[in-house]
Amino acid sequence: MSEHATSTGMLSAQRITLRAGARTLLADFTHTFYPGEIWCIAGPNGAGKTTLLATLAGLRRPAAGQVEIDGVPVADWPPVRLAQRRALLPQTAHDAFSASVLDVVLLNRFPHLSGWGWERSEDRIAAHEALAQLGLAEFAARDVLSLSGGERQRVALAATLCQQAPLMLLDEPLTHLDLHHQIGCLEALAAWSCEADRSLLRTLLFSCHDLNLARRFATHALLLDGAGGAYAGPVRDVLTPARASRAFGYPLTLIRDGDDEALVPALRANSRDASRQSPPGDGTSPNSSNSSF
Amino acid sequence: MSARRALAIWAVLGVLALLVLAASLALGSVPVAPARVLAALFPTQHATGAPADLAGEIVRTLRLPRALAGFCCGALLALAGALLQVLLRNPLAEPYVLGVSGGAATFALFAMMAGCAAWLVDASACAGAFASILLVLGLARGELWRGEPQDASPRLLLTGAVIAAGWGAVITLLLTVAPEGRLRGMLFWLTGDLNGGTVPWSALAALLLALAAMMPAAPQLNVLLRGDAAARALGVPVTRLRLRIYLVASLATAAAVTTGGTIGFIGLVVPHMLRLLLGNDQRMLLPAAALAGGAAVMGADLVARTVIAPAQLPVGVITALAGVPVFLWMLLHRRR
Repeated sequence: MSEHATSTGMLSAQRITLRAGARTLLADFTHTFYPGEIWCIAGPNGAGKTTLLATLAGLRRPAAGQVEIDGVPVADWPPVRLAQRRALLPQTAHDAFSASVLDVVLLNRFPHLSGWGWERSEDRIAAHEALAQLGLAEFAARDVLSLSGGERQRVALAATLCQQAPLMLLDEPLTHLDLHHQIGCLEALAAWSCEADRSLLRTLLFSCHDLNLARRFATHALLLDGAGGAYAGPVRDVLTPARASRAFGYPLTLIRDGDDEALVPALRANSRDASRQSPPGDGTSPNSSNSSF
Repeated sequence: MSARRALAIWAVLGVLALLVLAASLALGSVPVAPARVLAALFPTQHATGAPADLAGEIVRTLRLPRALAGFCCGALLALAGALLQVLLRNPLAEPYVLGVSGGAATFALFAMMAGCAAWLVDASACAGAFASILLVLGLARGELWRGEPQDASPRLLLTGAVIAAGWGAVITLLLTVAPEGRLRGMLFWLTGDLNGGTVPWSALAALLLALAAMMPAAPQLNVLLRGDAAARALGVPVTRLRLRIYLVASLATAAAVTTGGTIGFIGLVVPHMLRLLLGNDQRMLLPAAALAGGAAVMGADLVARTVIAPAQLPVGVITALAGVPVFLWMLLHRRR
C-alpha cells in the first residue's frame, strides 16, 4: 500500500499520434504531465478527448509514439500494477443489476485485493472516505439503480478516488452535475491532487466542456483542435479567447468583474471582429459544430 | 459482502440441498424410512445378512443416481446462467441463450428418431453442444478472442440468439416428421428428463471443474459487470476472461443437457432469486447458485415423480410451474 501512495504518477506522452478512421486527431504530440498539476483537456466534440485519455491510460495503442507512466512504457506494465498507479473514469458506467453504492465503490479496490479477492477493512475504510469526500456518506447503502444521473456520476468519481492511484484520468466527470456539485467535486479533486501540506502530490487530467470551471480549478490546459493540433500550457495561457474561439469555431470573449473572469460567447456585433482576429478559413475547424455565422 | 457471510450462506444452502437429497431418497411410490435410507447408503455389518433388501436396492440404484443427476444438472445450469448474465451483462441471459442446448437437443433428437440406444443419445447431445459452441466461437471470434474496443456483449448475444433460433427451427422440423411412437420420448427429453440410471460421475466432475475454473476469477467478474472499459482500466484481462466465462458456461450447459435434457428456467431464475435475496457478489453467488440450483432441480424432480405416482412428469414442467409465480412474487415485492 504505502509503496503506491508514495509513487509519483508522472505521465509522459512521447510523439503520440491518434487517428480515428482516416482523420488525424492529434499529430506528433509530446508532453510530460507532472504530479501536483491539474490538467483540463478541452476541445470540440469529436476532437479526440476520450481517445487521448484512453491512450494515456494505456488502454488504446496510439497510431505512433508511446506513453510512459513513471518512466515505464504503459505496454510494459502488468495490468494490475498499472491499475495501482493510474485510475481512469470512463464516460459511461453500466448498471444492469442492482448493487449497493458501497459495493460499486469497493469494486475499484480490485487492483489492491489479494488472495481470494475479499476486501479487507482498509479497503472498506478507503471506500467510505472516498464517499465522504464527495458528500455521499449517507448514500453507501443505496441501490445504484435508484440514483439520479448526477448522483451516479459522483459515485463513479468516488470509486475512482478510492482506487488511490497517484495518476487519475477522468473522462467528463462533471457532465451530469449541477453547478453546486461541479464545484464540490472540483474542490475535492483539487484537495486530492495536492495534500494541504504539499507532502503528497498527484497528477490529475480531466476532460471538460466548461472552460470557465477549467480556468478556475485547473492549473494547466490542453486544448485539442481535432485536426492534429494541440496547445498545452498553464490554463490562462491556453484557454484564451483567441485560441478557444478558433478551436470551438465560435467567437468567445473574456469579461471581467473584479477578480472574476468568464469566457462567454460574443454577441453578433462583436463576433465579426473576433473572427477577423484569426486568419480567414481558419476560424472554423473541420469539426466545428457551428457554422451559422 | 465478507468471506464470513458468504460461508454462512453456502452452509445454509448446503444443508438445504442435503435435506432435499434426503427427502428424494426417502419419498416416492415406495416410502423408505430414514434409518433404512442410511442403512442402504452405508451398508455396514447388517448388509451381509440382508440379501433381498428391496428398499435398499431402490434407494441405491434408482433414487440416488437420479437425485444426484438432478443436483448436478441444476447446479450446472444455475452456474452457467449466473456466468452468462455477467458475460452478456444482461439479466435475460440464461444457459440456453447462446444455442448450446439447441445444438444438443437437435443432435439428441436425431439420435432418438433413429432409434439409438440411450448412451448414444447422450453422446449425440454432447456432440451437438460442442458443435454449437464451436460455431459461436468461430462466428463471434472478434468478441471473444480479439477484444475489440467497443462493447462486444450485444453482438455476442445476437450471434448466439440467432444460432439458437436456427436450432429451434430444426427441432420443430424433427418433431413434425418424427414417427408417432418416438414423439413422447422426444418431448420428455426436450422438457428435461432425469430418468438416467447410473450415477452421473461426468456431470459431477464437470460441476467441480467449472467451479474450480471460475472461483479464482470471481472478483474479476464483479468488475466486468461495470463494463469493458472500466474493467480494463482496473487491470482485468477482459478478452481472456470473456473467453474463459464463455467456455466454462458452455461446457457446464453441455454437461447438464447431456445428463438431464433441456430443463428450463433454473438457469434464469435461480441466479436472480439469489441476487434479489443476497446481493450480486459473484464470489458468493457462483457457489450459492450451484447449491441452490441443485437443490431446486432435486426438489422439482421429487415432486415430478411423486405427484401423480406411479406415473411421472418431466421435471422441466415442475421447475417452470413452481418457478414462475415464486420469481414474479420476489421481483414485484422487492424493496429499492
